[in-house]
Amino acid sequence: MLAGPLTRPETFLFDAAAPRRGEMALADLREGFASWRLAWALARLDLRNRYRGSVIGPFWMTLSTLLMLVGLGLLYSRLLGLSLGEYLPHLTVSLVVWNVIAGMVNDACTTMTTAEGVIRQLRVPFTVHALRSVFRNGLTAAHSLPLIPIVFLAFGHLPGPEGFLALPGLLLLLANAFFASMLLGMICARFRDIGPIVANVMQLAFFLTPILWKPELLKDMAVWLPLNPFYAVLETLRAPLVEGHGGGLAVWAAALLYSAVLGGLALAFFVRFRGRLAFWV
Amino acid sequence: MVRIEASGLRVEFPLYHLGARSLKKRLLARAAARVRTDESNRVVVSALRDLDFQIASGERVALIGRNGAGKTTLLRALAGIYEPVGGRLVIDGSVGSLIDPAAGMDHDSTGRENVRLRALYRNLDAAAQSALEAEVAEFAGLGEFMDVPIKGYSAGMSIRLAFAIATAMQPQILLMDEWFMAGDAVFMEKAEARLASLVSGADILVIATHDMNVVRRWCTRAIHLDAGRIVADGPVEPVIDAMLAQH
Repeated sequence: MLAGPLTRPETFLFDAAAPRRGEMALADLREGFASWRLAWALARLDLRNRYRGSVIGPFWMTLSTLLMLVGLGLLYSRLLGLSLGEYLPHLTVSLVVWNVIAGMVNDACTTMTTAEGVIRQLRVPFTVHALRSVFRNGLTAAHSLPLIPIVFLAFGHLPGPEGFLALPGLLLLLANAFFASMLLGMICARFRDIGPIVANVMQLAFFLTPILWKPELLKDMAVWLPLNPFYAVLETLRAPLVEGHGGGLAVWAAALLYSAVLGGLALAFFVRFRGRLAFWV
Repeated sequence: MVRIEASGLRVEFPLYHLGARSLKKRLLARAAARVRTDESNRVVVSALRDLDFQIASGERVALIGRNGAGKTTLLRALAGIYEPVGGRLVIDGSVGSLIDPAAGMDHDSTGRENVRLRALYRNLDAAAQSALEAEVAEFAGLGEFMDVPIKGYSAGMSIRLAFAIATAMQPQILLMDEWFMAGDAVFMEKAEARLASLVSGADILVIATHDMNVVRRWCTRAIHLDAGRIVADGPVEPVIDAMLAQH
């Protein structure tokens, strides 16, 4: 047996009269982020296990995105009366980013329920499970990202230095993915009907968000687009890469507002119900 | 000072997904003792009801009682997995729980990968991780099977690996469920020696078991649980005698 106590001495105090919910939730977040290596290892395992035995593995996602780009690109550029050079860079960025968003939201619903075995047997910060979901989807997304530079090069559409403005957008997307994993992960563990509802909403949102179509096609109605949270987040990434500008004040204000609301809800929910989660999964 | 202190400890399981009215009625019909509805009209099972006890450093405590008495639930509450709905619980000391052998195992990963994964679950640094790996490989005696995915293991091999991982580290407070008494005969001797040293190294042992020989051999105190309450708490022999007389 290994010498000496390798487990850290600790004090666990619970008092129902003074539950210290906020403190315990913050401790969970702190410990969870400190064990990001665990979340990363679990995310890589998830990916490996999902594509075990498959020859091209996660590149199936890349391939299916590529097929969708070719098919939709040829059809919709015709329908919308745009040249491929105008349309494809927009479609590529929008579709790749949308796949990330949709994947993360749908996965968020099962964040906690799939970790049931761990939650009921080991004391692991819940934050780890949310991070695992974010990392897993980030890894999956990384396999499709090369499609963007490939299409850009093929059509000679080079975004210039403004392209770097997409980085804050990417950070915002990751933060939202984490909030969504926390919030939806908990809600879906408690109410099992939420998962299918979310899947339906995401399907509808795909058509209501300018992915297949360009925002300009709405003409004077385009000012209302920031009301769509998915558009706001998508645009912080799309505008720098496709249009070569930062996305505009309205878009960023909307994106930050929605993120703050989501983050606030997730935190409030986590603080209030963290202690009940082990009974929900 | 290593210690466990519980006062008025209460754990309730809500039965969320049962929904159907008739089932609810049926459960509540015969003056149910432990199933009841709470203020928001949910059906809850009272798993632990108003437990008061203190365990001081040096004590070896057995949790005994019938199936469903709340033994494992109490272990989980002590491990910090189930948060109580009422009362107060203080635990001072590092807790090691041997509750579920397969907890946190990944079936598609090899034995060695599972050891690394467990090291991450325990937040170990790189040096401690490789020490754990060597230690588990040596103790489990799986040889080349350490590098085979564990879904290819026989039942005995899985138990050996799980046991080796779970018992590789010395906690101050050891929580144990009785599955640790199972295993193949050759391994059992080794396992017993390991458990004995783990138990003697721990400041506090809490074990849930049905086996009175285990209680007599290892414990200095027994807590008899019935329907989520403590019915007797004290030195081993009187508590066991009282329980056997009752059944």
